[in-house]
Amino acid sequence: MELNLSREDAAFRDEVRSFIAANYPAEMRVPNPETDLSKEQSLLWHRILHKKGWIAPLWPKEFGGPGWSLTQRFIWEQETSRAGTLPPLAFSVTMVGPVIYTYGSEAQRQKFLPRILSGDDWWCQGYSEPGSGSDLASVRTKAVRDGDHYIVNGHKTWTTLAQHADWIFCLVRTDPSAKPQAGISFLLIDMKTPGVTVRPIITIDGSHEVNDVFLEDVRVPVENLIGDENKGWTYAKFLLGNERTSMAGIGRSTRYLRRLKDIVSAEVPEDDPAFGEFVRDIARIELDVLALEATELRVVAQMSRGIDPGPAASLFKIRGTEIFQRITDLTHRAMGNYGLALREHPAGGNVFMPGPDYGHTAAEKYLNSRKLSIYGGSNEIQRNIIAKAVLGL
Amino acid sequence: MDIQFTEEQELLRNSVQRLLKDEYDFDARRRIVVSEDGWSRTHWKKFADMGLLAAPFAEEFGGFGEGALATMIVMQEFGRRLVVEPFFETVVLAGGLIEAEGTDAQRREHLTGIAAGESIWALAWAEPGARYDLNNVSTTARRSGDHYILSGAKAAVIGAPWADRLIVSARTSGDRRDRQGVSLFIVDRQSAGLHLQSFKTIDGRRAAEITMKDVQVPAAALLGGEGEGAAILEACRDRAIGALCAEAVGAMSELNSATLDYAKTRKQFGVALGTFQVLQHRMVDMFIAHQEAVSLTQHLTLTLASKDSGTTKLASGAKTKVGYAARFIGEQAIQLHGGMGMSDELVVGHYFKRIGAIDIQFGDSAFHLMRFAHTN
Repeated sequence: MELNLSREDAAFRDEVRSFIAANYPAEMRVPNPETDLSKEQSLLWHRILHKKGWIAPLWPKEFGGPGWSLTQRFIWEQETSRAGTLPPLAFSVTMVGPVIYTYGSEAQRQKFLPRILSGDDWWCQGYSEPGSGSDLASVRTKAVRDGDHYIVNGHKTWTTLAQHADWIFCLVRTDPSAKPQAGISFLLIDMKTPGVTVRPIITIDGSHEVNDVFLEDVRVPVENLIGDENKGWTYAKFLLGNERTSMAGIGRSTRYLRRLKDIVSAEVPEDDPAFGEFVRDIARIELDVLALEATELRVVAQMSRGIDPGPAASLFKIRGTEIFQRITDLTHRAMGNYGLALREHPAGGNVFMPGPDYGHTAAEKYLNSRKLSIYGGSNEIQRNIIAKAVLGL
Repeated sequence: MDIQFTEEQELLRNSVQRLLKDEYDFDARRRIVVSEDGWSRTHWKKFADMGLLAAPFAEEFGGFGEGALATMIVMQEFGRRLVVEPFFETVVLAGGLIEAEGTDAQRREHLTGIAAGESIWALAWAEPGARYDLNNVSTTARRSGDHYILSGAKAAVIGAPWADRLIVSARTSGDRRDRQGVSLFIVDRQSAGLHLQSFKTIDGRRAAEITMKDVQVPAAALLGGEGEGAAILEACRDRAIGALCAEAVGAMSELNSATLDYAKTRKQFGVALGTFQVLQHRMVDMFIAHQEAVSLTQHLTLTLASKDSGTTKLASGAKTKVGYAARFIGEQAIQLHGGMGMSDELVVGHYFKRIGAIDIQFGDSAFHLMRFAHTN
């Protein structure tokens, strides 16, 4: 589906397309970019975008954004996900950056924003804790004031790519006596501070994306507090709003759907008993994608008329993740007996994988995509949000 | 139609349960899976000593004469503990084929070896690009005097890296997809000209791509009638499905009880997860899916044991129903465990991966649903 673009926007789209085609590093085209790239490799594209001034489409121009219109941002989103470029690290650019320029002090802006844009600092997110799940307000990590420092003790978990991180933004409890949401603060912690330990969590697909982060008597300078003490929940919610807007993943689903069709044509002969099932299932997903894309375009149009989209983000998250899970399921099925094979991690080792190249990541992607309906607020939570905020139940 | 176990069957089940409880907990299994071989000869020997490796065979071959029922009992318990040792490949597939189709000499020689735990087997039926079609065989077997000469490629042969012997389907006549003309051969895994490329499977086992170039086997290695291999493999697949369904049923029951425990104890927003109605209904659906899977598995097992006609259609039906149930239960067990369900340290993900593999083995739900529809 295409937007009805003005001449200027069409020209912008063409510019974006050719820039990606000419500049996306070949080195980053690996079987599974989310797990196969080293830190330096995954920053290659980030650095190219930084040089071009396109690294932070959402940021206001004064802080280093490109000054794009809503439509231009949407075009950017569409073109990059269609091309399958690795998005810049969301924790840095999409999440903590806007918190810092919205709620941070001038000193914090000057210290952190340029290094986020350049990719010199890699951020990770210290939200989840063991036992907290989608109930973020149940933060137990404690920060106790001691002169010019906070002493932080606690345990963060599911921390994505903490193994690469220079900084972690943390929700910490500064007032244990207040109501859960009232006693939370938003603290920026240097990962090199003594007392910070990262332990890998291996997931069912065999990859190392997430970690436990242990904080033991970590001394954090008071100037690393964002905004006011005990107001962290406001900043955290602001950040989550940004996280959920981008979860429809139309471009990614469209790309993987195209790939699924190719795989089915190559792997499932027309007289295979299941061929008709594949045709039907693929058609259904295609319709789901079309409907979600049309919904997204409708919401974008509403937003550009100044209408608050409300909890549309929850709808995008639910449908976007369900669709992508279904695509990975069918891709895995399409590989037949070769769906039994699972790549060994860390990838890049010279380990034999059977069957055609395009099937080598089918099993791991199916397994890994189970996380989508869990993280960022489980799909059950998203449905609760819609039930309450839209339906008034 | 609930199966009531006889005293002997109950005894068999109890002894498997006891052994696995003592020696095959999740940590023990993890150590076995990450070991260099990826399976445990020590445990295999214990299975042999208990008589498990002959359990489905007739009494004259050291078995209980219980056939499909014994298989169901063992596989269900193995499913509950995620046993990786190749009982299915060696006893159910190879043992079943030899008992059903072997000559007296083949039975004497091979069933005794299997029962004693002395030989490991794998069944090489699939080929690259052939998906789940048993007739789609390009590997050739050419008669040459007292020998057959085998050449071709076999795909995703589970347990092949562990096996001493393979049962290989190869074409002795006809065209690539003809039902007639497929024959089965017993092939020594160390044969000259036979090459393995091993890989790890999603469920912690080992499998291999096999290539054969002029592999010579004696004429006496032919298993069953020449050219009748496809029909023989179809009957073998029915038995295999019975066993895999039983294993899946065992895994599903563990997934459901782990999820239920978690929902009762894990608190969120100040209350147990299990108090949320949306999750209660989900778990009820998981319970129902398991019950249906149990019922069709028992129905199939009894039909296999009585050697009634109509087994093939029922087998495809059971594979479909159990496959969908297993995927549903597996996916929901992970969802309800939240992030913990994604962790390799929790057993939940390992059940999920095993039942995902079971769904693929011998044809997935989509394949068998259509086969169910088109079989009389």
